[in-house]
Amino acid sequence: MSAPAGRQLEHGPGAAAKSVARRRFLTYLVAAPVLTVAAERSLSALATPTAAAAIPSPPQPANIIDIGEIVVLATRPTAAIGFQIRVNEDGTVDVSMPREEVGQGLSTVAAMLVAEEMDVPLGKVRISLADARPELLFNQLTGASSGVRSIYHPARATAAAARARLLEVAARRWGVSRDELTVADGVIRARDGRTTTYGDVTKEAARADLPELKVKPKTKNRSRYIGKPAKRVDGRKIVTGANTYTLDVDVPGAKPCIVRRPPTISGTVRSVRNVGAVKRMPGVVAVTTIPSGVAVVADTFDYALNAVNALDVDWGPGSIDNLSDENVRAKLRAMAPKLDVPEVGVKSIVGEFDFAFATHGAVEMNAAVADVRDGRAEVWAALQAPVVAQEEIARTLGIPMNKVVVHVMPSGGSFGRRLFHEPAVEAALVSKAVGRPVRLLWHRTDDIRHGRVHPAKHHRIQMTYAAGNVVTYQHHVTSVSTDIGHGFGDVLTAKVADIPIAGNASIAQVAFHTMIHCPYNFGVVTETLSEWTLPMHTGSWRSVWSVTTRGVEEVMVDEVAAALGKDPVEFRRRFLKTARQRAVLDKVAEVGQWGKPMPKGCAQGVAVHDESKSCTACLVEVDARDPKHPRVTKAVIAVDPGLAVNPSGVEAQMLGGLTDAISLAFRARLHLVKGRFLEGSFANFHYARQKDSPREVQVIVMPPTTGEPGGVGELGLAAPFGAVVNAYARATGTKPRSFPIFSELDFTPYPPSTLPRPPMQAPPAKP
Amino acid sequence: MPKHTFVLNGKKVTVDAPDDHSLLWVLRDMLGVTGPKCGCNLNVCKACTCLIDGVEFTPCATRVADVAGREITTIEGLADGDKLHPVQEAWLEYDVSQCGFCQPGQIMKAVGLLNRKATITDDDIDEIENVCRCGSYARIREAIKAAATKMR
Repeated sequence: MSAPAGRQLEHGPGAAAKSVARRRFLTYLVAAPVLTVAAERSLSALATPTAAAAIPSPPQPANIIDIGEIVVLATRPTAAIGFQIRVNEDGTVDVSMPREEVGQGLSTVAAMLVAEEMDVPLGKVRISLADARPELLFNQLTGASSGVRSIYHPARATAAAARARLLEVAARRWGVSRDELTVADGVIRARDGRTTTYGDVTKEAARADLPELKVKPKTKNRSRYIGKPAKRVDGRKIVTGANTYTLDVDVPGAKPCIVRRPPTISGTVRSVRNVGAVKRMPGVVAVTTIPSGVAVVADTFDYALNAVNALDVDWGPGSIDNLSDENVRAKLRAMAPKLDVPEVGVKSIVGEFDFAFATHGAVEMNAAVADVRDGRAEVWAALQAPVVAQEEIARTLGIPMNKVVVHVMPSGGSFGRRLFHEPAVEAALVSKAVGRPVRLLWHRTDDIRHGRVHPAKHHRIQMTYAAGNVVTYQHHVTSVSTDIGHGFGDVLTAKVADIPIAGNASIAQVAFHTMIHCPYNFGVVTETLSEWTLPMHTGSWRSVWSVTTRGVEEVMVDEVAAALGKDPVEFRRRFLKTARQRAVLDKVAEVGQWGKPMPKGCAQGVAVHDESKSCTACLVEVDARDPKHPRVTKAVIAVDPGLAVNPSGVEAQMLGGLTDAISLAFRARLHLVKGRFLEGSFANFHYARQKDSPREVQVIVMPPTTGEPGGVGELGLAAPFGAVVNAYARATGTKPRSFPIFSELDFTPYPPSTLPRPPMQAPPAKP
Repeated sequence: MPKHTFVLNGKKVTVDAPDDHSLLWVLRDMLGVTGPKCGCNLNVCKACTCLIDGVEFTPCATRVADVAGREITTIEGLADGDKLHPVQEAWLEYDVSQCGFCQPGQIMKAVGLLNRKATITDDDIDEIENVCRCGSYARIREAIKAAATKMR
């Protein structure tokens, strides 16, 4: 439930001593600019006795280079070999994309880019996900909202090269210059009217001894596809049940496998008392112990489930058995750096916010298929960092990397989860042990209990204001550490040294400071991250620190606006740094009719967010007439991604962000009790359903501004989060401080370690 | 082992399985029909939703013995050859799918609803429990309404 209202302080708490975390921040990342600014802090405050203009804040690291751009930078050396385009004799084009499709629509964008550049119909381009290709080094990572940005230039360049080769063959055949040829829908046309097709020249283009052709991707002003809404290229497969996810792969002889896991996180197997009896159970093929638990291989998952529950295991303790939510929260609060004492005469507001753990909860649970026999391994799994998975599988099995084939499968959701590959390693270990291919699945209950979580966090914010301006803004984030993972981490560590503003910062520090920046001119801005490393499984949960950090910042913006007697939209307009930010705000204010009268118990809320070179604003209406069961009834979102290659895809990402935000604000959380998460299904982990989603949603994708695509995968959460909380606060007269707002344990947890089964019910009668 | 015979996507099938074997795993592991997805095996996420004699149900919470003689339609059996069902068409028209994993279940749920009711209200749609972790709910809502219009 909501914490008591935030305090309004004349003086900040405690001493002015700088914390260790803050010193590290200054030294590591933005040494020069921030030290300079820090020295001027009090001067800035006192030098503005009248509210002439907002006090400009110097650029933060994320303004200069953001985390997605670092990932893009890391792909450069191998960009030319990443995409593989094959032109078939029937005129279709096959593209092997070294990225993962997690539902973000990247395959569709890739197809659009290739179709655009080659002048072929979109429907003729087929995208497949490349197997792990170690020669690509860092160029096979999907994450950090880098997807479209990382393929925008390479896909077009590769397609342009293919097109040039095909045209050259036709030109030579006809004895004309390549420049004289035009292409439409894969048909090449000469000035004299002669035509041929890509399909007709493709063989020759492959054989011909052609010189290296100089090509340049097309200019943007002749776009057939780029910038126009395109429907998903895999849409038909999805709606007909033909989209093949990991467990749908037909690997002959691959048997279902479930692992019995310990009662608490990272518990160990001491011994299994009844292996023999379980092996004799119906449908059971094999039982084997792996580091994470006891695996049962069976003829069906139903048999496997029965058998894992029958296992009698002596479990060793877990890694955080002494920890519960209360301990974690207290520790994070205690770790938070002290806030500076404001200058005499300067007013301040302070807000402290807590966030609970949350499971990634992709509807496709963790899964992998593996066939490990005769010193070689073949693995199928949804992987955002397949090369890292390949390395670890090879290392774990003790075989050379070139004996490990890793097929990247479309992912049934990810939200950062598939940056990790535990299921693939587990499946490989089990397959090796039992000597046959296996299809390994994590039960939902284990996916929650032992899977990767959004770490719990504490946020401490202080804003000081004088003469109508915000003069300082301090935000200390303390968090259980986020496992940024091998693949992601490798990219960052490899590139950090090249980034002038970064120096030798730790991976998390670089990731934080290249992702988060305050979009307002709030004078001296200080944002720090302090992490508490715990031996538990965490992950980036779509937006890592951004939804909480920027989300609560937007809550504080409303509160400081109120303290200054300003309207939230007017206040934001005045302090936002860029015209793009003001444009999205103006758009939602106009379309959402900001300020219109609302019934008692209902309210509007608004927020703005800027991340990965994109920006967005959101206006919502919340009906909190029943304050325990609020509903977001309407949402208007405006998004400026610089250039929306596929506006329909951008809109889809915004819808996802909105639903995530509603979930995190209101009800989605995990309860940690003595090293175990109590939730065991979507009946316990309250991710939003249809009844929690607004009936009226409008997403406005702004016309191109920068002309280059920005990131949108993680962009869409913070503004809706801020808007929803602001609306709820206004509707109820509360100041929510602990999230999710509705946090009670409202279910009976399943017993530890065993896996629940659904109560069987009679099917509906024949109508 | 007991034998169970039912009609699956228009064809008669017979499987050997214990009476209480979950139909979901009979479909997926024994019959190789992978359209119905498993997102929890707890009858909560509803990703496995199929139709039995035109009414939506969840195979994960259904004993195989209880479907003997009945007619089951999975997402694979919804279209009439290449001709998509109006709900599938609406799903494409509104570009609903993101990761797509829950969508077979969402579509079958919508078909079941529309089989029973010619007009669909927002309240009806609110009652759909199927989880979409990608958060495509707004487009699902639009697509169902559009399909209802098509089917009228």
